[in-house]
Amino acid sequence: MSTTEQLELASLIGEIEDYARRYGLDFFPVVFEMLDYEGINMVASYGGFPTRYPHWRFGMQYEYMQKSYGYGLHKIYEMVINNNPCYAYLLNSNQMVDQKLVIAHVYAHCDFFKNNAYFKNTNRRMMDEMANHGNRVADYMSTYGRDVVEDFIDVCSSLENLIDPNALFEPAERREDRRMTDDAVPLRDVARLKSKSYMDPYINPPEYLERQRNAMNEARAQQQFPARPVKDVLGFLIEHGPLSNWKRDILSMVREEAYYFAPQAQTKIMNEGWASYWHEKIMTQKALRASELVDFADHHSSTLAVHPGQLNPYKLGYELFHDIERRWNTGRFGKEYDECDDIARKAAWKRDTNEGREKIFQVRAIYNDMTFIDEFLTEEFCREHKLFTYSLNERNGRYEIADRDFRAVKEKLLFQLTNLGHPFITVVDANFENRSELYLKHRFDGVELRSDYAKATMEALYSAWTRPVHVQTQVGDATVVLTYDGTTHRERALSAADAA
Amino acid sequence: MVQRIDRDLNRFRQVVRGIVKKELRKFMVTGELVGRQGRGYVSIPIRQIEIPTFRHETRKFGGVGQGDGEPGTPIGRAENDGHGPAGDAPGEHIAEVEVAIAELARIMAEELELPNIRPKSKDIIEAEHGRFTGIHKNGPESLRHFRRTFREALKRQIASGSYDVANPVIIPIKEDKRYRARRTVHAPETNAVIFYLMDVSGSMGDEQKDVVRNESFWINTWLRHQYKGVVTRFIVHDAEAREVDEHTFFHTRESGGTRISSAYQLAADLIESECPPSEFNVYVFHFSDGDNWGGGDTQVCLKIMSERLLPAANLFCYGQVASPYGSGAFINDLSGAFKASENVVLAEINSREEIYDSIKKFLGKGR
Repeated sequence: MSTTEQLELASLIGEIEDYARRYGLDFFPVVFEMLDYEGINMVASYGGFPTRYPHWRFGMQYEYMQKSYGYGLHKIYEMVINNNPCYAYLLNSNQMVDQKLVIAHVYAHCDFFKNNAYFKNTNRRMMDEMANHGNRVADYMSTYGRDVVEDFIDVCSSLENLIDPNALFEPAERREDRRMTDDAVPLRDVARLKSKSYMDPYINPPEYLERQRNAMNEARAQQQFPARPVKDVLGFLIEHGPLSNWKRDILSMVREEAYYFAPQAQTKIMNEGWASYWHEKIMTQKALRASELVDFADHHSSTLAVHPGQLNPYKLGYELFHDIERRWNTGRFGKEYDECDDIARKAAWKRDTNEGREKIFQVRAIYNDMTFIDEFLTEEFCREHKLFTYSLNERNGRYEIADRDFRAVKEKLLFQLTNLGHPFITVVDANFENRSELYLKHRFDGVELRSDYAKATMEALYSAWTRPVHVQTQVGDATVVLTYDGTTHRERALSAADAA
Repeated sequence: MVQRIDRDLNRFRQVVRGIVKKELRKFMVTGELVGRQGRGYVSIPIRQIEIPTFRHETRKFGGVGQGDGEPGTPIGRAENDGHGPAGDAPGEHIAEVEVAIAELARIMAEELELPNIRPKSKDIIEAEHGRFTGIHKNGPESLRHFRRTFREALKRQIASGSYDVANPVIIPIKEDKRYRARRTVHAPETNAVIFYLMDVSGSMGDEQKDVVRNESFWINTWLRHQYKGVVTRFIVHDAEAREVDEHTFFHTRESGGTRISSAYQLAADLIESECPPSEFNVYVFHFSDGDNWGGGDTQVCLKIMSERLLPAANLFCYGQVASPYGSGAFINDLSGAFKASENVVLAEINSREEIYDSIKKFLGKGR
């Protein structure tokens, strides 16, 4: 990139920032960085953080992206990092008009990061935090050996979706770094006094120990632990798992990163929709030059393109924001409108409320994808945008359109967004059968767990908990308990009485 | 910054390598990799390289899409075909990874504990070639090294104080001049020719041919790694022998009887006329079910082997593939006659499971 181009870009950034502010977007300062495609693929492989801890799966991502870029299958135009200041990476081979669009897009993302309620408790110094994590992991690797540490990161990554996204409304301190200073492992047995081996029977009389043990077991048997099911399985392991300090530290890093990324997964549709809405507004009303129109239209339409049978989150979010704006501009909301049964009257509805812009700003501040779809996906919208559900035809192994019914579409969409699309799993009992075994429960919502993945994940869970683990779930009509005891997998059916 | 990702990328490749290594026996037995080689790499199907998590069985569940169509309109195939519709984030599935053939050969070497092949004594096969890597003080002007000459002249002028910063003119004199020089490199010309001989008489069925194809894939992988240029030649025989191309080799089916000597004869002729051992490292691999015709022919075979094939070949390997029809006597005749020969390897392959061990036996000689 030549110096003149750089200067041009710098002035463009200033210009677009100014437009964005005048539209009322409110963002952290943005630091732009220019990268070639290798650089941007690399940053993307690390989830946006070039200083992240070393792990092979980032290498795998990178190889995949390099290949698909090489074959022309996909291209990353930009990446934005939720941080203060926001970091935005631009691809240096983009044309100037692409850069403009992307810059406008970036400012809208930053506005969303800053103002959406679900991001309120995210760490805005994540860039630094990730670098710290990277250093700590590197330290552990040099102390304990690369393979050992890497294996444990594999274990943690296997469990990283076992968090409670709603805990994001807790203050950050409660989720933060739980590094412990001592190497204490929670008591599994009665405490013994230190003694020479020949003195042991006198200092720790076996009968006394036995009595103590019985009392302890009895006390344990009586109280359920945890008292209430815990959804934040990672947090539970950090607090109660028999982990050494470095393992506990790594697990808490993985957990912290999972919580950092969770709001982005929770608001994908809104965030992309919001950014697409604004890059279009800024470009078409302010920044676009006449000569750039065709290139802009080409890029914009490919961002919002609908591929047969796929749901494009950019498109869905973009259209919903437009729909909301239209509805609140024309008074299509509230009790009177909702209760109106006359389709013709609804279609011609006209009240000069003109609250559209104000409404979408409010929506971007307090909703997430789940509540957004639930509140604003209307039957009219569903029909107009030809949404449908599809399902597998077992006979020929193809996906086929199943239904265009509004209720079915909405239900399926909401299911996919519930708990970020992950299964709902809680720790029910950490002392199952009074043998310190871990008992998890999968809340069955109509979709089974994938059994091969479940088994492999249980192996990971076992290596963190070091005692047998159980997962109660449903297969077909039967409630079953999957068990892994460190060597073999077992499965047993639960009677209806036990299941309750 | 780029180094960071290179480190993780290498780590990923090591992970892949570890998986391939662990599964090598399986790959050898099932023949999964045969036909998957491209230019310089093999694409290897690997399961479970992603990190497992608790997840929904979404295959049956389906999802939400957008577009035209009536209920029942197909929109895509299920994910095991590689074209999952909506919701599949890219990068979640890497079903195949590409591994360089050289890397695969190294993995083989580690797993099978194969020794590197000892080169034939250098004076037998040697080629001379030169490269312009040296610098001399004399030479033709056409080979003058401008930069080195300039540097010498500059050094001299600065040292002698005749260098003028305001007017930096450098004039080389004869002593400054440097010339590119040719260095002769004596390197063994590593060429190898592999003869695959196969019995295609009626008693060799598809199962047996599959075993041979599988063996040849791994043998090729290994020898290609050891030599720069490897040529493969294919000879099929029943009562008559003829040279064929690779496709025909694996797809011919004859019904005649078996006269092994015909193939040995042809191989020996080809070696003498086209691939003299002074220029080639010769490998002969013969696969048969061990059922030779009449007593007399086996004697002919032994004679051709000891007089013509064995002196010429680095290695002669005979793999006897079990078939329901073959009597399997031939291997006993060979082992009786060539017990003391260094370059004869015999292996019985009674089932697919034994492919692994037979390859280890064939290539374990280091010849």
